[in-house]
Amino acid sequence: MATAAVDLDTRVHYLNAGYGIKSWLLTTDHKRIAILYMASITFFFLVGGIAAVLIRIHLIEPNGAIFEPGTYNKLFSMHGIFMVFFFMIPSIPAVLGNFLVPMMIGARDLAFPKLNLLSWYIFMVGGCLALYAVIWGGVDTGWTFYTPLSTTYANTNVLSAALGVFVSGFSSILTGLNFVVTIHKMRAPGMTWFRMPLFLWAMYATSIIQILGTPVVAITLVLVALERLFHVGVFDPAVGGDPILFQHLFWFYSHPAVYIMILPSMGVVSELVTCFSKKRIFGYSFIAFSSVAIAVISFLVWGHHMFVSGQSIYAGIVFSALSFLVAIPSAIKVFNWTATLYKGSVSYQAPMLYALGFIGLFTMGGLTGLFLATLATDTHLHDTYFVVGHFHYIMVGGAVMGYLGGIHFWWPKITGRLYPDGWARLAAAIIFIGFNLTFFPQYMVGYLGMPRRYAIYPPEFQVLNVMSSAGASILAVGYAIPLVYLIWSMRYGPVAGPNPWGAKGLEWETPSPPPTENFEEIPVVREEAYAYGE
Amino acid sequence: MADSHAGSALAHQFEDLEQQHDAADLGMWIFLATEVMFFGGLFAGYTIYRNLYEPGFAAGSHMLNVTIGAINTAVLICSSLTMALAVRAAQIGKRSSLLTCLILTIMLGLAFILIKLTLEWRHDYLEGFVPGLNFTFAGPNAKSVELFFCFYFTMTGVHALHMVVGVGVLGVLLAQAWKGRFGPERYNAVETAGLYWHFVDIVWIFLFPLLYLIGGRY
Repeated sequence: MATAAVDLDTRVHYLNAGYGIKSWLLTTDHKRIAILYMASITFFFLVGGIAAVLIRIHLIEPNGAIFEPGTYNKLFSMHGIFMVFFFMIPSIPAVLGNFLVPMMIGARDLAFPKLNLLSWYIFMVGGCLALYAVIWGGVDTGWTFYTPLSTTYANTNVLSAALGVFVSGFSSILTGLNFVVTIHKMRAPGMTWFRMPLFLWAMYATSIIQILGTPVVAITLVLVALERLFHVGVFDPAVGGDPILFQHLFWFYSHPAVYIMILPSMGVVSELVTCFSKKRIFGYSFIAFSSVAIAVISFLVWGHHMFVSGQSIYAGIVFSALSFLVAIPSAIKVFNWTATLYKGSVSYQAPMLYALGFIGLFTMGGLTGLFLATLATDTHLHDTYFVVGHFHYIMVGGAVMGYLGGIHFWWPKITGRLYPDGWARLAAAIIFIGFNLTFFPQYMVGYLGMPRRYAIYPPEFQVLNVMSSAGASILAVGYAIPLVYLIWSMRYGPVAGPNPWGAKGLEWETPSPPPTENFEEIPVVREEAYAYGE
Repeated sequence: MADSHAGSALAHQFEDLEQQHDAADLGMWIFLATEVMFFGGLFAGYTIYRNLYEPGFAAGSHMLNVTIGAINTAVLICSSLTMALAVRAAQIGKRSSLLTCLILTIMLGLAFILIKLTLEWRHDYLEGFVPGLNFTFAGPNAKSVELFFCFYFTMTGVHALHMVVGVGVLGVLLAQAWKGRFGPERYNAVETAGLYWHFVDIVWIFLFPLLYLIGGRY
């Protein structure tokens, strides 16, 4: 509609409220910072993705198709480091969280806008340090940096990779800090805690983990660096140190970190499921409290990564029991989402396809987690492809699909444009098929005993590996398609109105794209969240 | 209400000064929680190894100078007093007291760092107590004594780094206070810096007994 298109060009909003590179690089507008992050993490996803492509091509042959074992070690290490620290952990918090938290809460910006910009710069410095490690020969310790390989024996770029992770951790901490203060102190009048959208509960729980967990991995990496530089010996048995102490300190953060990666996605799914069922979410307080419960319990289960490390069997028993416990709040969410769908007026646009995909694939990944939480079965499954399948079902089948669903859902709000939903649904279907073809064989081959992080494997596993690699090529196509039509839509997509989905939430009561100050007047909230059909 | 001319104390994202103050306060407390977790990793490692290697850790502790450590403790406690007075001065808008107290706090902080560098660490280096550089110990439990010193230097080093940052921040505040920036409507920065300073002080209160006073020398 011509008038709407003219309106988009003449109305002042956050995208045209200032031109030029300085207005972007020196912005303190949370919406622009979200876009800066979106560009950065997409780039780092490509870096990690290229490593994945090379790994899958290499694994077509039992003796390894392309690389030396040393190079293969570098590939899976860099895949893990970039995907975990420079894509997954920032993804939803830094992109969707930054954009939406102030809008959903009815505020003009986050509590500390300049700190927000600083977070992005810190993130970029960390990313550059990690890129330096990649370009100058790579790192081969795995993203887990286990000692004594990382401290003593590795002759790769451990220091710059660890420094990159260390620095980017502060970006995570400061973003979490910003969100917690904003949610506590800047809710609009009438926005009580239990009227907040569930995405905000998810972001709050995630932020608690970011704030309390990340400093521990930071100091751990400092100790690794000191040991590598000065041979000081905190983790070195020759001086009385213990390499398992590293594992405890590392996993104390890195287990909660996986919940940093999944909780925001669960928050997105809550928003999607309720909007595309046109029905108030079922069990609001259960979902809200389950987010907090996951954050709390997540700090108590780190030892399930160390069942075969030599830690005490009694510690193993306790960690196993607690790991079963942490599954319960996640299951509660799945039940509530399903109950929301029941008797809802369900529509199947692309965001909903991603949400439904999340529910199915996350459930599968979560159930396989129980195999790994059980001491007896984990003894056989630890360090096999079963683990690799498990966490990819959660992180890719779960978290990444939630991220894509959220990007599609809020794209009209962020850009003021609609994307072509036909192509989006096709891409979602391709991603779903490619994903399952890539990772389901990994469960099977892991169960049969194929170890992870090995450059070669016994020939009887070749068929499943080839299936997995074929799936990866389909998945890559699926990921490429949204890049094309989303960028296309920014220029040629139909102009979106304030609320193309008919969704409830304060962010939908602003124009698309919103003005820099978000709201002309701070809104007053008078109804419960998700007041559909009222 | 918000001033509309340049230099207004109220940032645009807040509705009123009270909200802005509460947000700054909560923000700094959360940051201090992250610092607790940061130092916590070191304290956890220290606790585990001290438990395993009591004699070595006691021997290492005896090699530290309690007198200098105690003087440094007193220096920091005094600096916390002057910092608290500085915060009060900023809140009531007494520029001269604020400047005096900030200068005193900075000087005490610098004194702590100087004492550490010149009297303690330099001495440790000359005596061969520095793991990774020149550690030599010709007694029993040499390996655990070396491990003790690993923790000693890492923990006091990380603490000293936080002091340096603190002194830097106070320097910036001093320059701003000199230009008359702070008053009853704008003192958040001094208050939050005060919180940070007190925290760094408290970390030292934990470090001093755990590093200097173990092993029952009296």
